[in-house]
Amino acid sequence: MSARHDIAAPPAKEGGAAPARPPATKAPDADKRRRDRLSRRWQRDLRWSPYAFVSPFFLLFLAFGLFPLIYTAWASLHSVELTAPNDMEWVGLRNYTRLLDDEFFWNAAQNTLTIGIISTVPQLLMAMGLAHILNYKLRASTFYRVAMLAPYATSIAAASLVFVLLFGRDYGMINWALNAVGIDNIDWQNDKWPSQFAVSTIVIWRWTGYNTLIYLAAMQAIPQDLYESAALDGASRWRQFIHVTLPSLRPTILFTVVVSTIGATQLFGEPLLFDPNKGASGGPEHEFQTLGLYLYEQGWVNLHLGRASAIAWSMFLILIVIGVINYVISRRLRASS
Amino acid sequence: MRARTRTARQAVVLAAVASLGAGLLAGCADDGNGDSGGSSSSGGGGGKTTITLGLFGTMGFKEAGLYTEYEKLNPKIKIAENVIERNENYYPPLLNHLATNSGLQDVQAVEVANIAEIVSTQASKLTDLSKAPGVEAGTWLDWKWKQATTADGQTIGLGTDVGPMAICYRKDLFEQAGLPTDRDEVGKLWAGSWDKFVEVGQTFKKKAPAGTTFMDSPGGLLNAILGSESEKFYDASGEVIYKTNPAVKAGFDLTAKAATEGLVGNQTQFQPAWDTTIANSKFATISCPPWMLGTIKGKSKPESSGKWDVAVPPKAGNWGGTFLTVPKAGKNVAEATKLITWLTAPEQQAKLFSVQGNFPSTPAAYTLPEVTGAKNEMTGDAPIGTIFGEAAKAIPVQVIGPKDQIIMQGLSDNGVILVTKGKSAKEAWETATKTIDNNLEK
Repeated sequence: MSARHDIAAPPAKEGGAAPARPPATKAPDADKRRRDRLSRRWQRDLRWSPYAFVSPFFLLFLAFGLFPLIYTAWASLHSVELTAPNDMEWVGLRNYTRLLDDEFFWNAAQNTLTIGIISTVPQLLMAMGLAHILNYKLRASTFYRVAMLAPYATSIAAASLVFVLLFGRDYGMINWALNAVGIDNIDWQNDKWPSQFAVSTIVIWRWTGYNTLIYLAAMQAIPQDLYESAALDGASRWRQFIHVTLPSLRPTILFTVVVSTIGATQLFGEPLLFDPNKGASGGPEHEFQTLGLYLYEQGWVNLHLGRASAIAWSMFLILIVIGVINYVISRRLRASS
Repeated sequence: MRARTRTARQAVVLAAVASLGAGLLAGCADDGNGDSGGSSSSGGGGGKTTITLGLFGTMGFKEAGLYTEYEKLNPKIKIAENVIERNENYYPPLLNHLATNSGLQDVQAVEVANIAEIVSTQASKLTDLSKAPGVEAGTWLDWKWKQATTADGQTIGLGTDVGPMAICYRKDLFEQAGLPTDRDEVGKLWAGSWDKFVEVGQTFKKKAPAGTTFMDSPGGLLNAILGSESEKFYDASGEVIYKTNPAVKAGFDLTAKAATEGLVGNQTQFQPAWDTTIANSKFATISCPPWMLGTIKGKSKPESSGKWDVAVPPKAGNWGGTFLTVPKAGKNVAEATKLITWLTAPEQQAKLFSVQGNFPSTPAAYTLPEVTGAKNEMTGDAPIGTIFGEAAKAIPVQVIGPKDQIIMQGLSDNGVILVTKGKSAKEAWETATKTIDNNLEK
């Protein structure tokens, strides 16, 4: 309530609720001026300071978000090389139309999709299961929760380096274990599905804990009496999970799906570092080259800024389409519930 | 009271925001004038001029004590270096800085893989060093000097080191396979042609110790073959000819043949697994510039030391090396030119070799005791300085082009490596050329 006083206290306008002032005497006059001044300051403060508070974000967004976005759009309509970034030659939509029959682009798009699916789906299912377990009363629950988040706090570079060693063809620990059960060496870096599986493993390892904690937080917000009444009705733990937990988590699930989808579309660091010696080509036959990696290869290895910008914008458009689909699905879900 | 707390809180928040913003903006400021002392003569150091060098990797000037020595000779000069670990992270920003004339150091290093691109696109931004006092073309190996020289005769970079390729071989594995081990005899086995080298590989394979291959990797072999051609990916007029150049196709097919017959390991150089093949002594030969001995030493187990030797290659070629350039936009062009002239002089290059193993690009250095007396722990008492010096002088003047590295990488990492996975030479060539063409298209 106190906030209202800031506005209401000084009788700024005539006809306000405040009682009329006695005829002007010197002291009250000075007092009134002082109070008017304060009131004007408060009003200015109230009106403008929120803008000042949010401005750092928007200034930074302008400089590092919007400007690059627009500049990239402009560059994507030109043939421009990093060796001469100011020397732009207008080519219209050619950088976009060439993507249509660029087999490397479509290969990268397909890889992004398949790696996205084999990393996101198991990741979210595992996160859900782990969150459910962590939701029970456990000893040392904080320890488990921190441990869950540890991979997320690890640098991708360090993690990828370790995974590269684990997935080595000749001297890797995973192949060594597979040999022990009679499976021949798998070429994790050069064969299509093994390499995509390996890259997905890094993603799953890194993000499962993060999603687990989000699910766990949402689960703890579900009122306990829902479970009690379900239990009274004779619902088993499993039925409680299906009929109480899952419906309550719907918005959270949607959130994690959206965030994971965006992350999967932009997947870059893991595949780049999975075979850093082959540049950004993502395997000898581009087995695990994602869109992000292809963009990087065109821009920073081959120095074709115009082509890279067009790929960047295509990725952006793909993300918008995915966003719209997500929105439609979520509205359907909300309507049906 | 309320007002006071409000404004106080506001002030704190604003101050926090302002300092955060300032920090971010400072993060954007170009590092050229950062806290490394600034380049102006007024900035710090008591009236000294600070010359800054932008380098990548470990170039060893500092480690060899050359800065300290120069500062002693020139009391008014201070030297600061700004090093980025990997060239692929160093080179794109350098192009950006050259394009915008900002953020440049007084001296910028350029790797040989990028020198053709710098010569053909950035020459107008760099100082012509050919007329600088104390610089004489004849000091450097002819081909090294020409790599940094434009068509109209400006030389925009002074050579530091070169990477003349010899063949490093394992004496113990050669002996077990019934091959000679004396370096002169070994050199004679394959003198003059890479076909002979592959034939030696076939001989090796007949009696090879179990699990070993003749050479380390297909990429290494292809790189050595193509490095010894005077014309590979570009012709003298600057056209890309890699697909039609018979020498490139012949080299590719020869490497593919060696890969099919299992003469080369199925590895990609510098991957962790390749490192392990060094440690486990899995191959008998490797194409070997002087710096490769450092790599071998770093990856080997102690019992391998002294088991290597160095022989003359079938044909000499170059792999690696660096140039120093002076951007015109720098603040101390004259002093920077003086500094790099001194740094790249034969005496300093010889000193650099003795400390860091970077092989000199100036023939006069090859007769200095630092080079002639050089030994490496891995190669016992082999006179490596003399062997590499001979190889360096035999290297042809090679036509290099701006995208050599992309083409080379395509041919090996998207090409010959596939043969080790069971693809035919033809399929590998098609994958490689499709990838390269897509990468070259603007």
